[in-house]
Amino acid sequence: MKVYADHAATSPLRREALDAMMPYLTERYGNPSSIYSLASAARRAVESARADIAGALGASESEIYFTGSGTESDNLAIRGALEARAGTGRHVVTSAIEHHAVLHTLQALEKRGAAEVSYLPVDEYGLVAPDALRDAIRPDTALVTIMTANNEIGVIQPIDELGAIARERGVPFHTDAVQAAGHIPLDARAMNVDMLSVSAHKFGGPKGAGALYLRKGVRLAPLIYGGGHERGLRSGTENVAGIAGMAAALKQAVTHMAEETARVSEAAGIVKAGLGAIPFARLTGHPEKRLPGIVSFVFEAVEGESMVLALDFGGICASSGSACSSGSLEPSHVLLAVGLPHEIAHGSLRLSFGPENTPEQARYVVQAVTDAVASRREMSPLWRDNKPAY
Amino acid sequence: MYTDKVMDHFNNPRNVGEIENPDGVGQVGNPKCGDIMRISIRVGGGETITDVKFKTFGCGAAVATSSIATELIKGKTISDALGVTNRAVVEALEGLPPVKMHCSVLAEEAVKAAIADYYTRKGIDPVPIVGCDGKCESCRV
Ligand SMILES: Cc1ncc(COP(=O)(O)O)c(C=O)c1O
Repeated sequence: MKVYADHAATSPLRREALDAMMPYLTERYGNPSSIYSLASAARRAVESARADIAGALGASESEIYFTGSGTESDNLAIRGALEARAGTGRHVVTSAIEHHAVLHTLQALEKRGAAEVSYLPVDEYGLVAPDALRDAIRPDTALVTIMTANNEIGVIQPIDELGAIARERGVPFHTDAVQAAGHIPLDARAMNVDMLSVSAHKFGGPKGAGALYLRKGVRLAPLIYGGGHERGLRSGTENVAGIAGMAAALKQAVTHMAEETARVSEAAGIVKAGLGAIPFARLTGHPEKRLPGIVSFVFEAVEGESMVLALDFGGICASSGSACSSGSLEPSHVLLAVGLPHEIAHGSLRLSFGPENTPEQARYVVQAVTDAVASRREMSPLWRDNKPAY
Repeated sequence: MYTDKVMDHFNNPRNVGEIENPDGVGQVGNPKCGDIMRISIRVGGGETITDVKFKTFGCGAAVATSSIATELIKGKTISDALGVTNRAVVEALEGLPPVKMHCSVLAEEAVKAAIADYYTRKGIDPVPIVGCDGKCESCRV
C-alpha cells in the first residue's frame, strides 16, 4: 500500500487548483502589467485571486500581497517591519519553536546587529504563555512574531490573545500561519494580527506561491525593488498561474473545511490511538490544541531518520524532525524546547494527514510504524529487557 | 539521498545482534548525538575474527556503515581488520552524503574499540597496537 502521510511537508495539488492554473500556463500568458486584452485576463486573474484569499482570511483585498513562498512572506514581514521602524527600536520577541524561515531570518539579523531577539520559552505542550509575552515587550520592541501552528508538533497558539497584548503595547504582530491556513479557521482581524504569512503548497496549491496579509496602516519596507508590483512592496512580474492556483486551493479548503477536517481527524485519530499503544512512545505537542492532521510522536531508543527510511520501504511517506542532516547532530529545536532530552528527541516521527487519506491507510500506518519501532529497537543497543537503557 | 548499497544494508542489515560471551566488545557514540554502535567479536586461531555482530541506534547511514563494517572484518585477521578505514567503509557503500561521513568514522572506531577490548581482556595493552584503548571520552557512551 502507498500512503502519503507528509502533508505538512507539502500537499498534493488540488484538482481545482490545477484547473485554475492551466489557462495561465497556456493561452493566457499575458503579463498582467501590459495594457492589451490578453494581459487584462491575467490581471483579472491576479485581482480575483486577491479577493478570494482576502475573503478566506477575513481581510480586505488591499491587505493581501503575493510573494514567492511562505519563507518569503516571513522574511518580508520580519525584515520589512524592522527596516520600516529603523531608528525606533530593533528588539524582536518570538518563540523558541518557530520555523527556520523565521528563526534563521532573525538569527541572521542578530548576527549583523540589526536585531536583538528574545526567544519566549514554551511549556511541555509547546504553548507560549501570554504573560511571558507581556513581560518580554520593551519600549524598544519593534516586532513580535509568533507562529499560529507549529509544523513539527502541530500545537496551536492562542494568537488572538497574544496579538491583543502586542496591540495594547503598540507593537506590530506577525504570525506565520503557513501550517494553519486552509486547515483551521483563520480570521486575521479577530486574531489581532498585523501580518500573517501563508504558503500555497501546504493547502493543496502549487509550490512557490505565498501571500502576506498586511493590515491597513501598518508600514513595511520592501525586500525586492523593481517595477513596483504589489503596490511597491514586492516587485517582479506576478506568478499568475501560481497565484490563481493558490486562491482556488484556499477557497476549496475553506469551503470544505468541515468535511475535510472530519476525514483528516478520523485518519489522524486512528494513528494517534494506535501509536499511543506502543510502549515508551509519547505524543508530542498539545493533546487538543493541535492541527487536526498532524500526529507527532517520539519513540524511545529509536532514531527518527531510520524510522522514516523503514516506513518508506513499506510505501509510507513520513518525516522526522530529528534527521541529523545538519551535521551538528542536534535534534529538532522544537522538541528540545518542549523539554525532551536529546536522546529521546532523536526518536521523533511526524505523520501528517490530508483529506485523501482513508481509515484503511491509517490502520496500515499503525501496523507499519509498530513494526518499524519493534525492529529498530531489536537492533538498538539502547533497548534492553523491553525497555530503554540509557 | 542514499546509494542503493546503503539502502540494501539498511533494509537487510548483516550480522545484527550480540555475540554471547564475546572476546571483545566495543561501543562508540552517544545517545545525545543520535548514534551509538556496539560491535562484538569472536576471535579464533591466528587472531582471526571468526564472528562479529553489531547493534546500532542511529540513522540510515549509521546502520549501513555498521553492517558493512562487520562484513569487511569478518574472517579477517585482527591486523587486517585494523586496516579497515572509514574511507574503505564509504567506498564499500559506494558513497555517503557529506553530512553522514561521521557515521563511517564511528564504524571504524567501533571496530577498533572491540579489538582494543579484546586485547585488554587478554591483559595486553591495546594502545600500541590499536592506537587507543577504545575507552576515550569521545567514543564511549
Ligand atoms: C511553519 C512554516 N513556515 C514556513 C514554511 C515555509 O514555507 P515555504 O515552503 O512556502 O517557503 C513552512 C514550510 O516548510 C512551515 O511549515
